[in-house]
Amino acid sequence: MTTMTGPTPVTGAVGTAHTRIEGLDKVTGAARYAGDVPYAELAHGWLVLSTIARGRIRSVEADPVLAMPGVLAVLHHGNAPRVNADYTGLLGRPDPTVAVFQHDRVPFAGWPVALVVAETSEQAREAAEALVVHYDEEPHDVAFFAGHPGTYTPEGNPRMQAEAGKGDLEAELTASAVVVDAEYTTPQEHHNPLEPHAAMARWDSGRLEVIDSNQGSTWVAEELANLFSLDPSSVRVRAEHVGGAFGSKGVRPHQVLAVMATTVLHRPVRVVLTRRQLFSLVGYRSPTAQRVRLGADPDGRLRALDHQALNLTSKVHEFVETSAGLGRVMYDADAHHTVNRVVALDVPTPTWMRAPGAAPGSFALECALDELAEKCGVDPIALRARNEPDAGPVSGLPFSSRNVLACFQEGARRFGWADRDPRPGQRRDGRWLIGTGTAAATHPSGVAPSTASVTAEPDGTFTVRITAADVGTGARTALTLIAAEALEVEPERVRVRIADSDFGQAMVAGGSMGTRSWAWAVTSAVRELRELLVLGDGIPPEGITARSNTAEAVGALPMRERHAFGAQFAEVGVDVVTGEVRVRRMLGIFAAGRIVNPLTARSQLVGGMVWGLSMALHEEAARDQASGALVGADLAGYHFAANADVPLIEADWVDDPDDEDPVGGIKGIGEVSIVGVAAAIANAVWHATGVRHRHLPIRPDRVLLAGTATA
Amino acid sequence: MREFGYQRVFDVPGAVTLGADPEARYLGGGTNLVDLMKSGVERPGLLIDVRELPLDRIVPTEGGGLRIGATATNSDLAAHPEVRRRYPALAQAVLAGASGQLRNMATVGGNLLQRTRCAYFTEPAQPCNKRTPGSGCAAVNGEHRNHAILGASEHCVAVHPSDMGVALTAFDAVVTYETADGPGELPLAEFYLPVGDTPHLETALPSGALITGITLPPAPVAANSRYRKVRERASYAFAIGSIAAALDTRDGVVREVRLAFGAVASRPWRARAAERALTGAPATAESFAAAADAELAAAKALPHNGYKVTLLRNLVVAVLTELTEEAAR
Amino acid sequence: MSHSTASVITLNINGEKHTLPVDHRTTLLDALRERLDLTGTKKGCDQGQCGACTVLLDGRRAVSCLQLAVAAEGREVTTIEGIADGDQLHPVQQAFLDLDGYQCGYCTPGQVCSAIAMIEEHAAGWPSAVTADVRPQAEAAPLTAEEIRERMSGNLCRCGAYVSIVRAIAEAARPGVPRPPSPSGELGHLAGSEETEGVA
Repeated sequence: MTTMTGPTPVTGAVGTAHTRIEGLDKVTGAARYAGDVPYAELAHGWLVLSTIARGRIRSVEADPVLAMPGVLAVLHHGNAPRVNADYTGLLGRPDPTVAVFQHDRVPFAGWPVALVVAETSEQAREAAEALVVHYDEEPHDVAFFAGHPGTYTPEGNPRMQAEAGKGDLEAELTASAVVVDAEYTTPQEHHNPLEPHAAMARWDSGRLEVIDSNQGSTWVAEELANLFSLDPSSVRVRAEHVGGAFGSKGVRPHQVLAVMATTVLHRPVRVVLTRRQLFSLVGYRSPTAQRVRLGADPDGRLRALDHQALNLTSKVHEFVETSAGLGRVMYDADAHHTVNRVVALDVPTPTWMRAPGAAPGSFALECALDELAEKCGVDPIALRARNEPDAGPVSGLPFSSRNVLACFQEGARRFGWADRDPRPGQRRDGRWLIGTGTAAATHPSGVAPSTASVTAEPDGTFTVRITAADVGTGARTALTLIAAEALEVEPERVRVRIADSDFGQAMVAGGSMGTRSWAWAVTSAVRELRELLVLGDGIPPEGITARSNTAEAVGALPMRERHAFGAQFAEVGVDVVTGEVRVRRMLGIFAAGRIVNPLTARSQLVGGMVWGLSMALHEEAARDQASGALVGADLAGYHFAANADVPLIEADWVDDPDDEDPVGGIKGIGEVSIVGVAAAIANAVWHATGVRHRHLPIRPDRVLLAGTATA
Repeated sequence: MREFGYQRVFDVPGAVTLGADPEARYLGGGTNLVDLMKSGVERPGLLIDVRELPLDRIVPTEGGGLRIGATATNSDLAAHPEVRRRYPALAQAVLAGASGQLRNMATVGGNLLQRTRCAYFTEPAQPCNKRTPGSGCAAVNGEHRNHAILGASEHCVAVHPSDMGVALTAFDAVVTYETADGPGELPLAEFYLPVGDTPHLETALPSGALITGITLPPAPVAANSRYRKVRERASYAFAIGSIAAALDTRDGVVREVRLAFGAVASRPWRARAAERALTGAPATAESFAAAADAELAAAKALPHNGYKVTLLRNLVVAVLTELTEEAAR
Repeated sequence: MSHSTASVITLNINGEKHTLPVDHRTTLLDALRERLDLTGTKKGCDQGQCGACTVLLDGRRAVSCLQLAVAAEGREVTTIEGIADGDQLHPVQQAFLDLDGYQCGYCTPGQVCSAIAMIEEHAAGWPSAVTADVRPQAEAAPLTAEEIRERMSGNLCRCGAYVSIVRAIAEAARPGVPRPPSPSGELGHLAGSEETEGVA
């Protein structure tokens, strides 16, 4: 009989800090990202984007460019291979932006109009710059604002109804002793992973091979198979290392272009998007305009909650930023109404970006709660405790676990909340007015079907294969610990291979669902393997492999409100001379299930809080109304937090057990940590200055013009 | 980026001979020029690499001034003990700019010649009178939160991005240059041309001239000086408003004051009206504010940049108050 | 006037000489990545706005995306591949690894190169934008967290790993941690006194 282990089974891998498996490769530069893998005969593609916001391409003057040194091809709507975008993939129908060069219509500024392929990237760049494209321009509408006449309520989807409600809202508002009615806006925000999207494609013995940077290699492989009408088994996509994603790295024009070009040229082609091109091609977070109305009894108990959110989408594809969804989880009220509305404009399609819906939605709702606390004269934490629901406020379903109040208690203790003077504008440190603020956080903790395999090798090690993606989350390391614990062996005996579509279908790294979904598949495969090993008597040279597929088990999971929760605390300084806001310290306490790797989990949680800080103070894309194009679409024009903006930030967690959970209570942690941060900071700015800032980002000009209410 | 020739030069006469080619550009650190070549804004036919010219020295002059070679890097300038001792605001201004990496590359001469960061200028698809004369100014009715409030025109409202230049302007720097016809010099106050209807003409340098250095005359007032920069993140961002100030007071009265503003005009803006108003006035917050108002009376705000008037007024009062308190210590 | 638009150059990288023809448009970054298979240096923005491509040029940190390869001839280039001494990690690399000073890792080579040079700059007495008094001091101000944050702000990290990055650099810069000599020990001279003597 073969045993899993040496003399004694090893447990406790999960929950013990472990440095990253690929850490050595990352600190020495040995880790190869998508644009780093060399190929003989590699050709370079450079994309040309539309300079008009709406109209038609009259002509693409390819001939002069084809005569330039090194130029191999100019692909455009007149000569590109046909693709089929009429299908429904893993996450829905594709954004038609990926069906490049199929017609002459231009639906937004920054739409792909041509790809120049050349021997070197310098030649491709110059030729792309020199390519003359003639357009017939048409008037565009890119103005986003509350009350846009094109506003509509979308159909909704199984995961999120567009509109939900109960009770008589107007009656409860009228009956409320205290009412908050406020409008909030958040700007257009861009993922800007530090690694721009890149893909190399080539045909190898009848198979299409793509080296990519993505959040799910089977997902991208299936999309490419659909688009090019290929047998799914003939497409292999790999993404060994991914330099950040945050929702932007699915199927995007670069992979499609690389496949088109390699098909035409019969040699490997790499397409790397430039930083500026990312701003129109890989999605972004829609701006939002939100109205929140809260009605409460004098003690702060909610009688009415109304959250109406508006986002934009493109005219070629609908995307709904579900900002109003948060209240359906967080707070009950006698009358409860939440709706996400949309307006379609001549702009690129927005997409998921770290905590879609929840990040902008929490800014509005958690600021409104703070305003209500002020009006009621109730401590903001006590107000939340007073409105803690027993079950899903809209669904009526029980919570699988809900420890948000424990987060507030632990956070308040460590942050020193009890000593806080609730009056605004009372504290000063030199030129800085000082304030503190808090907000709640929550994010769904979903799971999706995945497959995995685990092989017992003859040398006593184990190989896990799963099409997970490590986009910086530490997934490779977390899955190693999960597999080691299930196998009862030391993590050093487990080799985890990820991000290869040949390993089979698995959930993407997104929606805070990756680790939970993959962990289930890995532990299921381990269970199978252990049964095989008990039966067997020795391991053959090829090893013994067990496979899992969690589709059935996922489908059988009982209906619950499953979420991670948290409490955010921030202290800010506001310079009234310059209007600058600086965050001085932040603390986040989370109830996020069982923490797999405390080292990387803390990094991820703190990283999310940095995103929240950045959202509160810096991030904002500007669209020029006249041209319909973004201006300042680069990292000097689009600011996200630099090192100097980020103070000591601490993240920690409370116990959050779920004994009924088949995945051992593991929840996703990638998104809950950004939720509520911008609200906590805005609430702290109010506490410092006495002025409510309801529009993000809280820029110096806004602070200067708003002044202070108490000085 | 179009193809171009490259020539490294080792002496000034060799450089200016090549520089007579109208398609040529001098290459210093390249931190602005190479970026603009990538975006297609600059399309030189020849780069003359001046990094190895013997112009990288920073030499104190008699009486307390400095002579700064054009190819000295920003880092060398900011780290130099005599710069830090005699003109602390200049060291602070340099350190407030860009990043450690860029300061190591960027040269003093190149800093003066850097182009505006107006996002319409750097995007060739947009109209811009500075880049493409006669094409219009998209910023006037567009995104102009960080555009000029002083000295601009309807043809261009872009601001000069330099921090260093603001301090140099306050301290009466003189630019020296060389052409094929011989040397010349220009006070920084006359170095940048008014915007008017020719925003594409940025400096008074003769065609093909090579900046060889900057001379800072002795300025004892500069020993009590400060640069304060305001931006939309704490570091690695261009200013939305900045101030270089130096102050000498005696018995509560202003004997000498230097004031220059950044990110408010197409050039570093010497606040001479404010200086005049303050000289001989009591060193109080009231007179600082009155002086700021005297300077900013000429301000013309666009719909989205009016905050800069408030910001600069606040900065004048705050920084001069700080300098007054420090001088009293 | 017509000029040759390409040259054969010799680059000195990590102590090795590489002779190659380059298009003058080729940046040092692209030469490293596309010509010499030194892909540890990353391209985040290609515009000098992120710091991912940071290398050491004659011992000083610089962004290789704005450095033309042809103009780098004659200079000593150190990339992330040249930082460790064989299997022995540089203390900055080791601290990033131990203290999780990264997430996706894409900015990491630039952060590491930048941090190594930054520690040298500080040791040479260079002030920063947050140094309270930039006038020459008898004793160098300590490398506080605030100083590290400001001095490292030219290296953006989108994952938001700054807190751990600062912790890792502080650990590696701690007095007593042995650090290899910098690839070029010139900073003291550059900050120093030679030019200032005997004139004022």
